[in-house]
Amino acid sequence: MAISVRVMERPEPETTSYLRAALSGMALTFKHLVNPNKVTQQYPEEQTDLSPRWRGTHRMEVHADGRPKCVACGLCPTVCPANCIRLVGGEDDQGNRYPIVYEIDEFRCIFCGMCQEVCPVEAIHVGQHFENAEYTRDRFVYDLDRLMEQEHPVTLLWDPADPRSE
Amino acid sequence: MESLQPISGTWAGIATWLKVMGIFTLVMILVAYMTLAERRVSAFIQDRRGPNRVGPFGLLQPIADGIKNILKEETLPATASRMFFVLAPMMVLVPSLVTFAVIPIAAPLPTSAGVVDMIIADLPIGILYVLAFSSLAVYGVVLGGWSSNNKYAFLGGLRASAQMVSYEVALGLSIITVLMVAGNVTLTEVVAQQQQLGVWFALPLSLAFILFVVSAFAETNRLPFDMPEAESELVTGYHTEYSSMKFSAFMISEYGHMVTASALMATLFLGGWDIPFWNGDDAFWHQGQLISGFAADGSVILAEPTWWKTLLTFGAFAVKTGFFLLVYIWVRWSLPRFRYDQVMSLGWKVMLPTALAYIMVIAGTILFLDEIGMAWGFGYGMALTAVSAVGTAGFIYFLDRGRTITGAAAHPGQRREIKVKHVSQPTAAGE
Repeated sequence: MAISVRVMERPEPETTSYLRAALSGMALTFKHLVNPNKVTQQYPEEQTDLSPRWRGTHRMEVHADGRPKCVACGLCPTVCPANCIRLVGGEDDQGNRYPIVYEIDEFRCIFCGMCQEVCPVEAIHVGQHFENAEYTRDRFVYDLDRLMEQEHPVTLLWDPADPRSE
Repeated sequence: MESLQPISGTWAGIATWLKVMGIFTLVMILVAYMTLAERRVSAFIQDRRGPNRVGPFGLLQPIADGIKNILKEETLPATASRMFFVLAPMMVLVPSLVTFAVIPIAAPLPTSAGVVDMIIADLPIGILYVLAFSSLAVYGVVLGGWSSNNKYAFLGGLRASAQMVSYEVALGLSIITVLMVAGNVTLTEVVAQQQQLGVWFALPLSLAFILFVVSAFAETNRLPFDMPEAESELVTGYHTEYSSMKFSAFMISEYGHMVTASALMATLFLGGWDIPFWNGDDAFWHQGQLISGFAADGSVILAEPTWWKTLLTFGAFAVKTGFFLLVYIWVRWSLPRFRYDQVMSLGWKVMLPTALAYIMVIAGTILFLDEIGMAWGFGYGMALTAVSAVGTAGFIYFLDRGRTITGAAAHPGQRREIKVKHVSQPTAAGE
């Protein structure tokens, strides 16, 4: 295939007109001036529809009795490419493992979603949520309680069998 | 009926003081809200919504902007010429505001102490005062550009001086036809003559109207003539180095100029505060009497000013001025900036000769109409309208034929034939 150069037709001098062009331009802008359909989204009032696969603020799933589902297997801090998860695991009398410390630094996190993907018990999730502004920087390290308090919907993982999420 | 007397003595002083305060406040508020209107209208034109967060419909936005501007840091470039740098914003601000003093804003208001003219100063030199002060404004711009010691600011100042001097010529010459027809230079008289003629000067002097509007755009440095502050070429031109309220003073003066120019256009060509198709509001001073016109036998008809007529005429004036202000914004967000040589050639090669020729035509027409004894009135206006229509049509035909403002297309001698080359690309693997 050849690249072709398209040369725009220049109007002949006898037909060029500033006044007509200016007036038609002003007619066009006036049409937009009175057009009630504006593209601006009034953000705090009108929320964007997030994609089901939007990866945002984390969330820890909990059991019915309020314990975290996490079994402190250590896969998520291992897989995390940004090294933002800190996990100290413990074991109770029955031999069940549970997290003593589970912290996610949302500043370091790159929201790749690998922690959710790797979790064997579907405990840690990334969520469909992005409004996580705070007044101090240390508030961005989410501890276990904070992660369990999050209530936003969790991200739908990409399914290789259904690559377009249909 | 007892004839009405103009207000005099102490009460006249008090009335003048009130008018100065009232009109100054009005213009400043209008300027503040013009900045909001500019942003809102430009947003609407671009299918956005514009600032609508501060107060209902964003109506408190100018106050927020003002507070922000006052609190911002005042900078003074180390190499700036300090005295002129500080002086320039004042020299720009004052002329743009004082011009409003000679523009009548409504019909005379009757009070118990006498009739008050709704104009700050009904100067006998009227329009000359306006021209004098509007040419003073360029000094502030040039000084601001020069004293900043910044090459972009300096270029902006240079452009401003050249452009404003050029278009002042066309502006002044287009007003001359108005003065010839009105027979006087005071703006109250211009309004009165339009009321007597029965048709606003925009029709009998249509070409002068067009020339005046275009020159006024150039004089106020608004797009498509905003050479002095061409953002893409000169940062922001002459006020590049200014911050805080000094910058604000430049903005206020720009919008103040717009308000004054719109009010002038409304007064000179759209009948000022005159309400169309109604003679009840007509009122002007004739040999010490406030009259609304002359009867067929030449006797005067006394005017009956009332407070509601003053309000209504002020409304009419506001609507006309507002229309031109909207056009200012509308044009700014529709048309691209001229090239500098186009601005100059439009000013000197088109506007100036057209204005000169038009003065001759109108002067000849007035002479002819006076010679054949045509009465001053609607017929007179229609005769002038016909002559002007021919002139305007010719001007538009001339302007519309690619001789004035053209792109690269207009000069066939300068065009190069572009050879279209077809370059064959190596075939990609697997294709």
